[in-house]
Amino acid sequence: MRWLAEVHVRLQPGIADPEGQTIAGGLRALGFEGVADVRAGKLLRLTFEATDRQAAEAAVAQMCSRLLANPVMETADWELSADETVAVGIQS
Amino acid sequence: MTRAPRVAVIVFPGTWSDRDFADVAGLIGWDARLVWHADADLGDADAVVLPGGFAHGDHLRTGAIARFSPVMRAVEAFAAAGGAVLGSCNGFQILTEAGILPGVLLRNDHLEFRCDWQPLRVEHAVGAWLGGLTAGEVIRLPISHGEGRYYADEATLDQLEATGRVVLRYAEEDGRVTPDANPNGSLRSIAGIVNERGNVLGLMPHPERAAEAEVGGTDGLRILRALDGWLVAQPAAAERRL
Repeated sequence: MRWLAEVHVRLQPGIADPEGQTIAGGLRALGFEGVADVRAGKLLRLTFEATDRQAAEAAVAQMCSRLLANPVMETADWELSADETVAVGIQS
Repeated sequence: MTRAPRVAVIVFPGTWSDRDFADVAGLIGWDARLVWHADADLGDADAVVLPGGFAHGDHLRTGAIARFSPVMRAVEAFAAAGGAVLGSCNGFQILTEAGILPGVLLRNDHLEFRCDWQPLRVEHAVGAWLGGLTAGEVIRLPISHGEGRYYADEATLDQLEATGRVVLRYAEEDGRVTPDANPNGSLRSIAGIVNERGNVLGLMPHPERAAEAEVGGTDGLRILRALDGWLVAQPAAAERRL
């Protein structure tokens, strides 16, 4: 069956994130003075085939550790769901 | 060594400094061969160069896709066997992604692409590529990158320092290492490191762009020319390759 994983790749805490700092500065310039911090990251939306949830979880974990995140400076976490858009004919 | 060093210059889709290395190879008498990333074999190379550029578009992370190109398995084996490997700019990024060198290169702290001449302090004149330099001297090489901020955890940095593997640091013209002289926010101003045996060098600057006085300097030649002497002094390499 088909699965959908939304993988969030984040810089590890403590590593300087100039992109996030620049975005935070932009928000404060717009008047959102309460913005204390912004951390930028990546969202990767994967659609893939796996026999069951356990296999799908294992596949995402492998994809993250082998390619999608570099453990030297990043972490990855994800939300996994059965992709029902195909079954019900919804175009995402 | 009685013949020209055979140097494999690796070309990924998006590599842009391969022709510059090939051009300089002509100046210094290397027998350079361009090796496509899909080739699994380095042939009888004496040394390997991973040039700068944007391999596979640098998508996801710099070097992240390139490290899985078929040629990289051969490069890993070559490096592990003690062969001379030089990774410049994108080549350095690929070496870190492949785990051949520790750490990673992150987005410059000011978020800009920086293209300029950069003074560098030579910390240790060791290994396959730095034998022609002197510890403590200042050389000038061009930099040209948007992702050159060297990062590794504190324990790794301390170990690199303790074992003399931080070989090049961004510096002022007079050799002082200052925050102002650091063009990208690299931790401890690190511009180049070597592996434990010194046969692998990764550096963000471009030695191949400092090979002719007409373009601003020749300090890069001193790095590339050091290979000849190192190959002569390597009995294992000589037995294996000659």
